[in-house]
Amino acid sequence: MKDMNLTLKIWRQKGANDKGKMIDYQVAGISEHMSFLEMMDVLNEQLINSGDSPVAFDHDCREGICGSCSMFINGEAHGPVKGTTTCQLHMRSFKDGDTIYIEPFRAKAFPVLKDLVVDRSSFDRIQRSGGFISVNTSGNTQDANALPIPKQDADLAMDAAACIGCGACVATCKNSSAMLFVGAKISQYALLPQGQVESKTRAQNMVAQMDAEGFGNCTNTGACEVECPKGIDLSNIARMNREFLGGSLKG
Amino acid sequence: MSTIDNKVPHGKPLKDTWTSYKDKVDLVNPANKRNLDIIVVGTGLAGGSAAATLAEQGYNVKAFCYQDSPRRAHSIAAQGGINAAKNYQGDGDSTYRLFYDTVKGGDYRSREANVHRLAEVSANIIDQCVAQGVPFARDYGGLLDNRSFGGVLVSRTFYAKGQTGQQLLLGAYSAMNRQIARGKITMYNRHEMLDVVIVDGKARGIITRNIVTGEIDRHSAHAVVLGTGGYGNVFFLSTNAMGSNVTAGWKAHKRGAYFANPCYTQIHPTCIPRSGDYQSKLTLMSESLRNDGRIWVPGRKEDVDAIRNGSLKPTQIAEENRDYYLERRYPAFGNLVPRDVASRAAKERCDAGFGVNATGEAVYLDFASAIVRYGKEQATIKGEKNASESRIKELGKDIVKAKYGNLFDMYKQITDDNPYETPMMIYPAVHYTMGGIWVDYNLMTTIPGCYAIGEANFSDHGANRLGASALMQGLADGYFVLPYTIGAYLSYDIRTGPISTDSPEFEAAEKEVTKNMEFFVNNKGTNSVDYYHKKLGNIMWEKCGMSRNEKGLNEAIDEIAALREDFWKNVSVPGYANELNPELEKAGRVADFLELGELFAKDALDRNESCGGHFREESVEVGGPQDGEAKRDDKNYAYVSAWEYKGKPSEAVLHKEQLEFKEIELKQRSYK
Repeated sequence: MKDMNLTLKIWRQKGANDKGKMIDYQVAGISEHMSFLEMMDVLNEQLINSGDSPVAFDHDCREGICGSCSMFINGEAHGPVKGTTTCQLHMRSFKDGDTIYIEPFRAKAFPVLKDLVVDRSSFDRIQRSGGFISVNTSGNTQDANALPIPKQDADLAMDAAACIGCGACVATCKNSSAMLFVGAKISQYALLPQGQVESKTRAQNMVAQMDAEGFGNCTNTGACEVECPKGIDLSNIARMNREFLGGSLKG
Repeated sequence: MSTIDNKVPHGKPLKDTWTSYKDKVDLVNPANKRNLDIIVVGTGLAGGSAAATLAEQGYNVKAFCYQDSPRRAHSIAAQGGINAAKNYQGDGDSTYRLFYDTVKGGDYRSREANVHRLAEVSANIIDQCVAQGVPFARDYGGLLDNRSFGGVLVSRTFYAKGQTGQQLLLGAYSAMNRQIARGKITMYNRHEMLDVVIVDGKARGIITRNIVTGEIDRHSAHAVVLGTGGYGNVFFLSTNAMGSNVTAGWKAHKRGAYFANPCYTQIHPTCIPRSGDYQSKLTLMSESLRNDGRIWVPGRKEDVDAIRNGSLKPTQIAEENRDYYLERRYPAFGNLVPRDVASRAAKERCDAGFGVNATGEAVYLDFASAIVRYGKEQATIKGEKNASESRIKELGKDIVKAKYGNLFDMYKQITDDNPYETPMMIYPAVHYTMGGIWVDYNLMTTIPGCYAIGEANFSDHGANRLGASALMQGLADGYFVLPYTIGAYLSYDIRTGPISTDSPEFEAAEKEVTKNMEFFVNNKGTNSVDYYHKKLGNIMWEKCGMSRNEKGLNEAIDEIAALREDFWKNVSVPGYANELNPELEKAGRVADFLELGELFAKDALDRNESCGGHFREESVEVGGPQDGEAKRDDKNYAYVSAWEYKGKPSEAVLHKEQLEFKEIELKQRSYK
């Protein structure tokens, strides 16, 4: 396939308190093997060399695991390919002459800091409210094999734990709900004997913090599951609700 | 040249050294810990685990990371697993054997006492992580599963799918979160450390830049811990994260911390090959793939040509026309030779013209025989005696998918090839740096009160790191070693009281940082930061890469110095210092890489032997069964090179820590 010429419409916003708007850019000579972020690198090099300000965006590992990259691309969190973060999206998913809309993840709890960079520290605060097992790191816990865990439970816990905390679920949800994110962490621990001890209070505390941060409620649309780059499924929300309810009844 | 004291306790057998140290080390009483502050820079496995544990112990911890959350540190990208001498498989593993394998794998260039301690605490790490809810892979009986990794003969690697680093890091992150919630850790996200402050000869704080607002801040503490990772990005292209940098370590170096063995770099054999000049980073495919994948190139040049012009597919090449060069050259270890050996063997074949992609820099990693082997096993288990070939393949693919599914998906995402049907293409890439800040047995640098842990230090992996040992070292340092050793230092600080940030030392350091930031945004040069970073990377890869020689290293030293000079004249950084400015962040990091790169080449030039990841063309075996293999020189080079900063890299002074081997006899590594 020959190299592509593209029109990019990108959200530019100078700072958290500034007004932003979409601005058009042209890039040429984009190879289908480039990653989406490498295409952004090309644009930025072009902007720097012409004396313009480059587009700020979050990114780090560029291998789909750190959860830094975000971007709403053509109306979809992480772009058009399922199960993929923006850094792992490749330009072969686009064609010559395309116009691509690039916006930040938008949610009340994710304020824009600059251009495509948003503040996701609300996720950290939810994790601090209960996303842990209260065990000291003394190394003097029991032997790792003292407590067998059914493989199925361990595998399900791993599936839930695969969440990278990128926020695509929130950005894509019409209610800006964080229930898939919170449900995944609650599920990981609820499925393991080590985590069950505090399971009910954990659900209560994390849900309370989630609400305090201004995330919306879940109305079972399921868009989060569709856009999640790591395939975290909706059953985690159901499990969260069970744990939460169990905690409420316990009083 | 002088020798340096590594503070390894003497008088006990190696196996009792750490136990005896712990029995006698000074402790700080809980009431006094409340009055002591510790800064931890970096929140990967080492920094995160250290911050959590120190806070649990009662110290006041301030933790810093440049990412938007501590959970995103690059430890998260480690795929394959973590070693521990649990011997759950009953296959002959022991603390001693893990110790031995690590020293041997490091080509006898690591410090015995540190490595033994690492092996001792390894088993605790697994217990700890399971207690934290890390979902390691399990077998059907509910017990933990293990896999084997390169360079060893036992299965001691614990794993969580292909995301072991992620799960271990999230474990450390959860432990941190618990302490942040209790107020024992103050967390500074999106803050970059730009200098360490020395007061009365001791590390007493750091200067940071708030990446969002550009504010330069002073932070004081009684001790400073650097868990800031490796410097592989000096090569521009590496498997490191885009933000991974040497700045924290380099600033400490400039303030008096010796930098050890900078030339020891691990070039990982199984990465996805480069596809073009726009490439921003390289992606690793876990080494665990070598358990089941077979590495080969065509045996005939005409097949190479046909592959490159697209007229032949790798699956069409008959068995007898394939060169499984690792199995051929190293029959005992085959595809599981250590990383440095596997990388050089790939380069050797590609240099000889057998590379299988357009750039000529790729070899195959083939799962076809594993799929058939697993398929037959499954057919037997399921009682399908007459399973057809396609049924066997189907069953086999299911097993391969269960083991490596996410890695295969990742490969397909990047390359658009389906590795279940056609062999993967791989090539070596810079992955890990064994070199780093010199530390003594206490993990303290040559600056009193400044510690370095994890990949940021140099101590445990010698000249080459074994697979699945980076995670082990990071967590060992952070959870189990530093929390003991730092007490020995802080026990003398219980009457010091809070450290003021108003001292002239803090003021001077802050001024210098501010001046530097202002310089970059006002320079208005002609070339972007990446322009310089790419040029530096190219020099490093060509002349300080998988194979090094005197001429190339001398050229590299001159070229890097010239490039650095040009950088300070002509670099262009858009925007302002008081805003979120990624180009400004990069400029500061690349400035430090441009100094480190020169020291790296200087160190490689000094070490005229081949050891581990450091291969000098002048030092190879000639004749005999090891013909052409790397030749180590224990008589002249069994030392750690610890470099002292003297104004610029070319003036750096070499100090030697002579390595003593009491438990292990130095031998040539043979994987044949």
